[in-house]
Amino acid sequence: MQAGNDGTQAKLDPPAPNGKDWVCKPCSVEPYTGEKREPVLRLIDVEKTLDGKKVLDGVTLEIPRSQITAIIGLSGAGKSLLLKHMIGLMKPDRGLVLLDGVDINRLSREGLYEARKRFGMLFQTGALFDSLTVFENVAFPLREKTDMPERELREKVRRILRHVGLENAEEKFPDELSGGMVRRVALARAVVMDPEIILFDEPTTGLDPIIRNSILHLICRTYHEHHFTMVMISHDLPDIFQWCQHVVVVHDGKVVEVGTPGEIRNSVDPFVRQLVDGDIAGPVQLM
Amino acid sequence: MILSMAEALGSRAILATRSLGKMGMFLGASLSRAAVPPYRVRNILKQVHFIGVKSVSVIVLTAAFTGMVLALQGFYTLRKFGSEGLLGSAVALSLVRELGPVLSALMVTGRAGSALTAEIGIMRIGEQIDSLETMGIDPIRFLVAPRLLAFLLSVPLLTAIFDVVGIYGGYLVGVKLLGVNAGVYLGQMEASVELVDVTNGIWKSLAFALLIAWVCTFKGYFTRHGAEGVSHATTSAVVVSSVLVLICDYFLTSVLL
Repeated sequence: MQAGNDGTQAKLDPPAPNGKDWVCKPCSVEPYTGEKREPVLRLIDVEKTLDGKKVLDGVTLEIPRSQITAIIGLSGAGKSLLLKHMIGLMKPDRGLVLLDGVDINRLSREGLYEARKRFGMLFQTGALFDSLTVFENVAFPLREKTDMPERELREKVRRILRHVGLENAEEKFPDELSGGMVRRVALARAVVMDPEIILFDEPTTGLDPIIRNSILHLICRTYHEHHFTMVMISHDLPDIFQWCQHVVVVHDGKVVEVGTPGEIRNSVDPFVRQLVDGDIAGPVQLM
Repeated sequence: MILSMAEALGSRAILATRSLGKMGMFLGASLSRAAVPPYRVRNILKQVHFIGVKSVSVIVLTAAFTGMVLALQGFYTLRKFGSEGLLGSAVALSLVRELGPVLSALMVTGRAGSALTAEIGIMRIGEQIDSLETMGIDPIRFLVAPRLLAFLLSVPLLTAIFDVVGIYGGYLVGVKLLGVNAGVYLGQMEASVELVDVTNGIWKSLAFALLIAWVCTFKGYFTRHGAEGVSHATTSAVVVSSVLVLICDYFLTSVLL
């Protein structure tokens, strides 16, 4: 669909059977209401204080299984910390983080590493290993965590690199890639282990609109193919509402509103309104 | 006034105790991961190449000139007492017991320890260590343990190279330049250097290796605040390691003598 302007031919979306462009929207899936499905992740009354400041203040939220959840809020609201708590990179001072009903902070180190096999994570910076090539970066989790035969591993990595449009960049090192390519490699690495849950920490921040849309298309296409549970921190408002089924609004370490994209878009909460509309005037005064 | 001073003092004491505790826990975790299989042999060999093989040239150069200057100074000092014949033993004992382990450790700290801190620090601020965690890979087992083992393997070997090259440097200056009899130089050396001197030197080098690996990996692992943080961590790792090597040397010498 789009030709990447970042040095590699991007083949992001295959043409739809009717010859039209692939319509990549997750909204065909029924929105989460909390009634019909068990959430895969639940945070209950999570509190965290860093350097004397309460950065998470009694956060309670649910992440629905096999849906895309967007976490939105101002910078510094505690969104990235939420992701780090979900995967056990940080431990809360108080509260529970339940993965299918099991508190991950009560697991042993081995138990936690085992639980993390269910996750993939895409960091804001990509967090690629800079001494490894694109191919080696994507192959890394397979080499470290599985006994997959080398031939099979190569086939799988190449298939995933083809999926993200980077089959010609496998010998490049991360410092030779553009921002968009780095995110695509990071996405490839996040999905290579076939996780159930993928966490995205601002996957499109700092990218131009074309590359940003190509990344969102790619995430969405990956979702349609695998129905992973996805949690995405985003500042792309209001565009992000097209790409998710469930929205969590965070402010000052608290969850201020949860709902479907439509509900959040039409929220009457003054802060949510200001955030969605991007108004300078409102409850948050930055100047 | 007195209360606030006491508060500040107490707060510093708590901070220092907490840091020491954190360092102790880190060392314990690193040693336990290094001791328990699976061993990452390829990774360890890669680190031995970086820490050991790539340090050989700087060790050889430093050792040669250290031996040479020892011979030069020793010759003129010993001549005052008419004991030039003891030059071989003076050079060898100084190198094997003291200068070999200490200077090798300081050279390795400067060359490999600083690079190690910077590498791990950059991985920390680039979220690569978090990324390992999210993949279910223990970063201490993956990053720290192989480096620790590589230091323990490399530093004693580098110390041995330092000793040999230093003695030969002393030989060149003492025998070839200053005219000390070659047989006397080597014979005195053989008569005075005992196995315990060599083993004590190796014990010291092992202790220094552990110390350097511990401090440098710790400083890198807990780097914060971006590029400036990496720079600060690297400087701090080199300074703290070097100072600790010298302090540790005094106490080890007093115990081993």
